[in-house]
Amino acid sequence: MKRIYAIESVCMNCQLCAVFCATGHSRSKDIIKAHNREKVLPRLFVEEKRPVSFAVQCRHCDEPFCVQSCITGALTKSLEGPVVYAEEKCVGCWTCVAACPYGAIRRDVDRKKIAKCDLCAELTEPACVANCPNQALVYEERGS
Amino acid sequence: MTKYAIIGNSVAAVGAIEAIRSVDAEGSITVVANEPYHVYSRPLISEYLAGETTVERMAYRPADFYEKNGVEAILGVAAAGIDFDKKSIALEDGQSVEYDKLLLATGGKPFVPPIVGLDHQDIFTFTGLADAMKLDEAIDRVKDFVVIGGGLIGLKCAESLHKRGVKVTVVELADRVMAAVLDVDAGRIVEKSLARKGIDVVTGDTVEEILGEGGSITGVRLKSEKELPCQAVVIAIGVAPNVELVKDSPVKVGRGILVDDMMGTSVPDVYAAGDVAEGRDVLMGVTRILPIWPNAYMQGRAAGMAMTGSPRGFAGGLSMNSIELFGTPLINVGITDPRDESFEILTRSEGDHLYRKVVLRDGRLVGAIVVGEIDRAGILTGLIRDGVDVSDFKEELLRSDFGHIDLPADVRERRLFAL
Repeated sequence: MKRIYAIESVCMNCQLCAVFCATGHSRSKDIIKAHNREKVLPRLFVEEKRPVSFAVQCRHCDEPFCVQSCITGALTKSLEGPVVYAEEKCVGCWTCVAACPYGAIRRDVDRKKIAKCDLCAELTEPACVANCPNQALVYEERGS
Repeated sequence: MTKYAIIGNSVAAVGAIEAIRSVDAEGSITVVANEPYHVYSRPLISEYLAGETTVERMAYRPADFYEKNGVEAILGVAAAGIDFDKKSIALEDGQSVEYDKLLLATGGKPFVPPIVGLDHQDIFTFTGLADAMKLDEAIDRVKDFVVIGGGLIGLKCAESLHKRGVKVTVVELADRVMAAVLDVDAGRIVEKSLARKGIDVVTGDTVEEILGEGGSITGVRLKSEKELPCQAVVIAIGVAPNVELVKDSPVKVGRGILVDDMMGTSVPDVYAAGDVAEGRDVLMGVTRILPIWPNAYMQGRAAGMAMTGSPRGFAGGLSMNSIELFGTPLINVGITDPRDESFEILTRSEGDHLYRKVVLRDGRLVGAIVVGEIDRAGILTGLIRDGVDVSDFKEELLRSDFGHIDLPADVRERRLFAL
C-alpha cells in the first residue's frame, strides 16, 4: 500500500505539514479556528535536530502493534490496508502510545483521545504531502 | 474443512479468530465460554466501576463480530472436559463440540490467598465484568473498602472506587506499589499521586484476617497487628492461569500451559494463548506467563495462524503496560528493575511528575519506565523489541523528546523510511 515517507534532505522544518494536517482534521477547515478555537492536534510529529528534520506519520503497519495492543477495539486494521481509528471507542489508555515503534500516535490529553494519521481518507493525497512546499513528503509504495 | 474450536472468549480468542479468517474462510469456528457476554474489553471494568462507561460501550468488537466471522458462539456454558484422543469437548450442559484444531484461551482466575475470614459477605475479586457489577451494586451500602494488592488491577480498582466517593485503603505486601513492573522511584511517584487524592496505601504489610460479625465485615487485621475498619474487601493480588480443564491431561503445564513459539502445546493440534499460556519471553530467555492484553492478542493471533497451517510464529512476549492514575500517565516496558550488575541503568527525574529510566544490557535497550511525558515512548519499545544497539546514543534516550532523529542515520533510514 502507499505510505507517507519523509525525505529528510529537503525538509526545512517549516511545520506546514502539521498546520495543514490539523486544519484538514478540523470541523471549520479554517487554519486560525482549527488551532485557536478547536485546538486540533496534528496527526504527525516533526522531529528536528539541526540540520536534519523530518515528519513522522502512522505507518499503517502490516502487523500493527497498536491494533494488537488496543484494549478497546478502537484501532483496527482494514482489509484495504490503513489502520483505522474509531475515536468514540478510545478511552485514552495510551497503550498504543506505548506500543507504536514509530512514536506516531499523539495524545490529545484534554479530550482523553488519541490523534493518529488517517491518510486523509477523503482526499486523493494526504494534506501534509500535498501542502509540503519543498516536496519533502512523498506518498508512495515501498517495501514496508 | 477444518473444525476450529476455541475455549475462552476474550482477546486471545479474537486474535485467533481474526487470524484464522485471514487465511481460512471455510472452516467452522466454535467458541465456548463460561462468561455469557459478547466479547468485551476486560481492562475497561475499572471504567465501568467508575461509572464512566456502559456494558454496550465495552464491546471489544462490533455486535456482528461472531456472525461476520462465521463463528458459532456458545456463551454462558462452561467446558466440562476435553477428550484429546477423540478431539471432543464436553460442555457442562451435555453438548459436545468436536474439533480438528483446539485453542485453549481460558485466561486467568483471581488468585485468592489463604486469609482467615473468607466466608464473610462483601468479599470481591476484580478481573471480570461480573466482578465490577457486584462491586457496583455494593457501593451503596459500603463506606470503606480495603483493596488487597497494589498492582495494576488493585490500583485501578481503588481509583474507580475512590471516584465513586468511597474511602479506599490499599494494602500491598511488597515495599511499594506495582512492584512487579516498576522500580522504587516510580512506585513512590504513584503512591504520592494516590495519597494526594486521599487513598491510603499501606506497603510491606498484608491482610491476615478479615474480621466481622454475623457474616458482615467490620475490618481487617494486618500482619503488623494493625486493624483497618472496613465493610468490604477486594482481593486483587493477581491472576493465576485457569488450567483446570487440562489437569491430569497430557497437556503439559508449568505454571501455565507450556507453549512453543507457534503456541502449540505438548499435544498435537492443541494450542494455548493469553493469560493461561506460558510462552517465551523475548528478553528473559525463559518461559513465563505474561497476563497482559497485547500479549494475549498477539499470542492468539500466532495460534490462529498456526492452526490454519500457515504458522508465522510468535515474536515472544514483552512486558508492557500503560496506566494512568489520577492524571499521571506511566508506561513500563521490558526489564525495569534488574538487580544484576550486568545491566546498565540511566535515570532522569524532575519532582513528582517526571521520571524516565532506561535499562541496557550489552549495549542494547531491554527496559524502560516513563512517567509523565510518555509521548513517543513507543519508540523505546520498538528499540527494545528489535534489539537495537543504543550504546552510542544512550544518554539521549532519557530526553522526553527522544526520537528517530537521535538514531544513527543508517538505522533511522532503515527503520523509518524503509530504505
